[in-house]
Amino acid sequence: MSPIAEGLAQAFSLIVRGDPGLLRVIWLSLWATGIATTVAMVVGVPTGVFLALRRFPGRNLFVTFVNAGMGIPPVVVGLLVFLLLARSGPLGGLDLLYTPTAIIVAQVIIATPQVIGVTIAGIQGLDERLVLQIVSLGAGRAQLYLKLVREARVAVLAALAAGFGAIISEVGAVMMVGGNIQGQTRVMTSAIVLETRQGNFAMAIALSIVLLVIALVINGAFTWLQQRRPR
Amino acid sequence: MTRRTTLVTSMVAGAVVAAGVLAACDAKSEAQPLILATTTSTQDSGLLDVLLPRFAAAHKVQVKVIAVGTGEALAMGARGDADVLVVHARAAEDEFMAKGNGSLRLDVMYNDFLLLGPATDPAKVKGLDPVAALKRIAESGSTFVSRGDRSGTHEKELDLWQAAEVTPAGKPWYLSAGQGMGETARIATEKRGYMLADRATWLTLKQGLELVPLGEGDKRLFNPYGVIVVNQRKLPKVRGEAATAFARWLVSAETQKLIGEFGVDRFGQRLFVPDARPGPAPAAPAAP
Repeated sequence: MSPIAEGLAQAFSLIVRGDPGLLRVIWLSLWATGIATTVAMVVGVPTGVFLALRRFPGRNLFVTFVNAGMGIPPVVVGLLVFLLLARSGPLGGLDLLYTPTAIIVAQVIIATPQVIGVTIAGIQGLDERLVLQIVSLGAGRAQLYLKLVREARVAVLAALAAGFGAIISEVGAVMMVGGNIQGQTRVMTSAIVLETRQGNFAMAIALSIVLLVIALVINGAFTWLQQRRPR
Repeated sequence: MTRRTTLVTSMVAGAVVAAGVLAACDAKSEAQPLILATTTSTQDSGLLDVLLPRFAAAHKVQVKVIAVGTGEALAMGARGDADVLVVHARAAEDEFMAKGNGSLRLDVMYNDFLLLGPATDPAKVKGLDPVAALKRIAESGSTFVSRGDRSGTHEKELDLWQAAEVTPAGKPWYLSAGQGMGETARIATEKRGYMLADRATWLTLKQGLELVPLGEGDKRLFNPYGVIVVNQRKLPKVRGEAATAFARWLVSAETQKLIGEFGVDRFGQRLFVPDARPGPAPAAPAAP
């Protein structure tokens, strides 16, 4: 049997048996990425709506930073977080480097600009008369924002999918600030790097399959929410 | 003469000269280079860069280095893909010789590992022998950061845990980094943990680390390297004569002195300790 076929066969066996090492890595990945995506959503969606609707001095500069942030290489974020959290760094006293928290911090920094940027585009794509209409019906600001997010849900869900996709597949920053410690900060991507380097292709393939399936399922869920008809 | 003919003429002349130089070089060195399969540590430390040009000059044989793990180097030898091996895994080396894959094996040198840890030394292991130190670390539940990547250093560490009768895998204080020496040392610094490191890496990296050597010099921390000549009688493509010359040259008094001096100018201490047996080397089996 070729090494690829052999690896695939062993990989499926690992998945079907529910190998504890495999499950632990998958769980850590989903846990960290889930929290980071939630934080990015809570921070990013309101910020995006706010930036789309309001005009204030420095707004364009802010939007420029957001757009630049969407293209920032994750390893640069990794370096930044590393320098901040290292014991010699300004936040060294917190002892957070090489913990799951450090991973989440880096992921939030990577994902939030994605969420803000796509949300701005979505809200600005709405008909301007809609805002006037909602306000004229006597809605307060919170009600207005909620209504707009609902109207622009296609874009907002795309924003969350973009943020999630950016971090579930990321390996550089996660390795730099997490340290790839077994059972603590070893996530799917960093585990794939390690297993491949050691020649454990079955485990690497198994993780890759799971990663692909998770990306498909999550994006499928976002697409379903996006495309279903409004009630 | 037009400008174009001048250009063409000089190009042709240049090509002829270049071809002549190449041919001369080719004639000077022998037809094939000697293939040395060795561990990455000997290559990365820069030791081979010092030794090999001297051997090439003295014996008119070029040496081509394939830097791989010890296991892969032995496998290359067993297939006859390498002529001579410099490796560090005594049990596997003995097995290689027992199978008749090698015609000669000699001790060359050793480097050593250090037990590093935070200056505060929470498990109080300073000065203990490595096995007792690991026991103490396990008992006190102090953080230990392992390479966890099946490297030579990791294997050494596992041997020591076994000697200490401790199974560290899965313990909350045992962190398996699955990364190289540099990253592992960084994690040990941040987590105020203990770790095992080879001397060369420690000397190269110690500037940025808050770790201190807490155990060194014990025989169980030694990492002996041997040179093996692949057996030409079993694997006929092997260049047995040149390979034997290389092995004997490595253990000669002059080369042993070079090995012992290597690294002193850069680090203030040697990285490898020459340990070829003094006195007459055992007779090699005659080449066919």
